[in-house]
Amino acid sequence: MARADGHQNFIVTTLDKAMAWARTRSMWPATFGLACCAIEMMSTGAAHYDLARFGMEVFRASPRQADLMIVAGRLSQKMAPVLRQVYDQMPEPKWVISMGACASTGGMFNNYALVQGVDQIVPVDVYVPGCPPGPQSLMHGILTLHDMVMSGEAAR
Amino acid sequence: MGLFSPIAGFGVTLKQMFRKRVTAQYPKEKRVKPQRFHGRHVLNRYPDGMEKCIGCELCAGICPARCIYVRGKENPKDAPVSPGERYGFVYEINMLRCIFCAMCVEACPTEAITMTHLFEMSVTTRDDAIYTRSELLMSPEGDVPHPQPPSKLIDLDELKVADGWMRATAPAGRAAYEGVRGWTPTAGAGHRPPERGQSGDDGADGEEDA
Repeated sequence: MARADGHQNFIVTTLDKAMAWARTRSMWPATFGLACCAIEMMSTGAAHYDLARFGMEVFRASPRQADLMIVAGRLSQKMAPVLRQVYDQMPEPKWVISMGACASTGGMFNNYALVQGVDQIVPVDVYVPGCPPGPQSLMHGILTLHDMVMSGEAAR
Repeated sequence: MGLFSPIAGFGVTLKQMFRKRVTAQYPKEKRVKPQRFHGRHVLNRYPDGMEKCIGCELCAGICPARCIYVRGKENPKDAPVSPGERYGFVYEINMLRCIFCAMCVEACPTEAITMTHLFEMSVTTRDDAIYTRSELLMSPEGDVPHPQPPSKLIDLDELKVADGWMRATAPAGRAAYEGVRGWTPTAGAGHRPPERGQSGDDGADGEEDA
């Protein structure tokens, strides 16, 4: 944790590193599968790719127990307030991965019904391209986020 | 049902313990992608270094996600960039909007744009996902640039694997044309071998291409 004058406190920085390590090793995702990307998200959690290796196997249906929101799928205008509410209910620190073309930019659905990118609703840390991104792509996004958390880049 | 049924239940569990593990240890080992996998795009060159793209904007026209932006420009007379009249002097693909349907590959009359097997493209800002000409166009030697450095997750060799659309729809993809080449030669890769096995003789998958 940097002080206001920019100096780093030794004990606190070490603690920060330990906390970042702990956070990346048990980053529980909230289930926010909205469309076909959710199928890939589920298969990422299943045996062949096994998110449990990263301590992420518990997809929490309750936002209070979740650290990471994987927005998987297209977000309709009607769903947007719900997404925001679920995000607000998650305790700090929290992160958001925007999974797939639709969640990130609207994808091929450039129309009035869909939000053109969930970053209009919630702050997004990592965007995963793909339609849908395969489990390996999603895991690459997750590991990118882990690196950001470890380096303090994605601290909240 | 009876006294031994709990033991029989554990027997199922015990049997699982001796099975082969199916989990792929992702960062260390990566699954082999299918031959016709659609990864990120690459703009090809002919072996003499000329760009294949002629700036016709057909890819941008067919793109269902409207994620491609191309602008063509007249080739300079003294130093032409492409063999055609024009060349694509602006070429941008928004990878976050792209749905990897390969219709651009299908539409391209010169096989300028093809897809590779690289799929690790996660970004932290939306601007980084817009790949410009400098990130898409291969060098005259056939090396493809990538905005992210190679790491244990990003294998740049996957960028040299050509996509499988040609295999499926070019004459070489049809059983009657088995063994016939359907590609124009590409810098670095030269003549890619045709796909085999369309007639169903030797399984569904052909040989890995160069």
